[in-house]
Amino acid sequence: MNFETVIGIEVHAELNTNTKMFCGCAREYGAETNTKTCPICLGHPGVLPMVNEKAVELAVRAAMALNCHVADQTKFDRKNYFYPDTPKAYQISQFDQPIGFDGFIDAEVDGETKRFRIERVHLEEDAGKMNHTGANHSVVDFNRTGAPLIEIVSEADMRSPKEAVAYLERLKEVLQYAGVSDVKMEEGSLRCDCNISVRPYGQEKFGTKTELKNLNSFGNVLKGLEFEEDRHRKLLLAGGVMRQETLRFDETKKQTVLMRVKEGASDYRYFPEPDLVKLVLDKDWKEAIRAAIPELPDARRVRYQETLGLSAYDAKQLTVTREMAEYFEATVAAGAEPKAAANWTVGEVQGHLNKSSETFETIKLTPARLAEMIELIAGGTISSKIAKQVFAATIEQGVEPRQYVEEQGLAQISDEGLLRGLVVEMFEANPAVVEELVGGRDRKKGFVIGQIMKKTKGMANPALLDQLFHEELEKLK
Amino acid sequence: MANINEEQVRHVAHLARLAVTDEEVQQFTVQLEKILGFAEQLNELDTTGVEPTTHVLDLKNVLRKDEVRPSLPRTEVERLAPDWEDGQVRVPAVFE
Repeated sequence: MNFETVIGIEVHAELNTNTKMFCGCAREYGAETNTKTCPICLGHPGVLPMVNEKAVELAVRAAMALNCHVADQTKFDRKNYFYPDTPKAYQISQFDQPIGFDGFIDAEVDGETKRFRIERVHLEEDAGKMNHTGANHSVVDFNRTGAPLIEIVSEADMRSPKEAVAYLERLKEVLQYAGVSDVKMEEGSLRCDCNISVRPYGQEKFGTKTELKNLNSFGNVLKGLEFEEDRHRKLLLAGGVMRQETLRFDETKKQTVLMRVKEGASDYRYFPEPDLVKLVLDKDWKEAIRAAIPELPDARRVRYQETLGLSAYDAKQLTVTREMAEYFEATVAAGAEPKAAANWTVGEVQGHLNKSSETFETIKLTPARLAEMIELIAGGTISSKIAKQVFAATIEQGVEPRQYVEEQGLAQISDEGLLRGLVVEMFEANPAVVEELVGGRDRKKGFVIGQIMKKTKGMANPALLDQLFHEELEKLK
Repeated sequence: MANINEEQVRHVAHLARLAVTDEEVQQFTVQLEKILGFAEQLNELDTTGVEPTTHVLDLKNVLRKDEVRPSLPRTEVERLAPDWEDGQVRVPAVFE
């Protein structure tokens, strides 16, 4: 029997705001535990939440970047449940009126573009962080409690684990470029849960699904889903019946582990949040939000090819992250030739960053310095060999390339092939001079050397040039 | 007339994590039925053509600027917490 896999994904992304969703506590990853809380996010009696305007705008921005319809009017709802990470005993979320709905993103899978539909994007608040420190108790840090989140629910459109990862990669890229979230899975600002089921080909009804939670990297999304896909198929082939359950992926065991068996629909008793009034998103507000969306990766890739003359491959490489794309663009803006700027950015610069804790924003080889270095190479001031030395000095010590080259005397052209070429070129262009030189009149040597020095802006290595001059002259005698 | 049975009362009590005695279940079943019956009087009104509302106040877009305000000192959070361990609030383990 052949099976078809069906996957749907829920993503939670923390919004890039300064403060929490309903109070003025700072939203800060890694702060000392329980130092970013107040009576509002701790759910004390009598407090009132107040909506963070920026969070609404970022959620709308996300909905727009994901090609959703944006609601004209929306509201918040209470989702009631008891859990120690949620001190109010309810989460403020959105139930029947999400901020965005009916969207999609296009992602590439095996060289082909596939459209994945997005059911809804809604705004809600995050829970605190629990750590299970003992057998009988846990500890809670409420710094994250009340941080603004968007939940993005896809339609069950993915047909393989690979497609699920392609969707997630594209989604992450869009959220990052739109400036909605910093999408760091390792810091929990991007989290995803996947629903997977398997059905015989041609069957319309979905199979029984299982939910994979706490997937902390795209690599684990792939491995976890592949494991589940295989488990579902084998069970069905053996005539078994799938149970609806929630699992997590165990990295060390490389398998999924049961967390709980789902018993019917959860009863969250949603109702409209009485502490908050409705949100009306009028045309002017929506337009202002749309106008503030930074250029998305697709548009950048087109522009790199059409106006900067780069290949589709280069354009794709450069737009892997917004930081990289912006670094590249700043380098070009500082006067660098685009192709050279692209090669350095995706090559040596990225290579350096992979080995260090620096980023494109903190790197000592700033776009201006890279542009200067590229100019030194393009202008023949330094050879590609010397460039490596200049690159190392700039990226490690933050030197100014031109100044450094001058101070270190690196500007000399010691490239034998280049200098020999210049000598030959000069000989060919001046047959009368060559005749005099061959005839033994050495005073014309000064003319030839002078011309080459002029051409190299005085940077040719004089000793080498002298040697090459004589070697080439001997050949003509 | 609203119809509430004991099973529903037990379910709601469970969701609210309330321990109720059999006696209380009987008592609440009667009371809840009366309360719902009272609220049901509203159904006598003809609301044809009236837009549903989600809030009693006809206000919209009450928003706050994204500006950081001081949080509570941690010592205060510790004082308010029922139990505390190394800068974190200690809670009973939750088994799912």
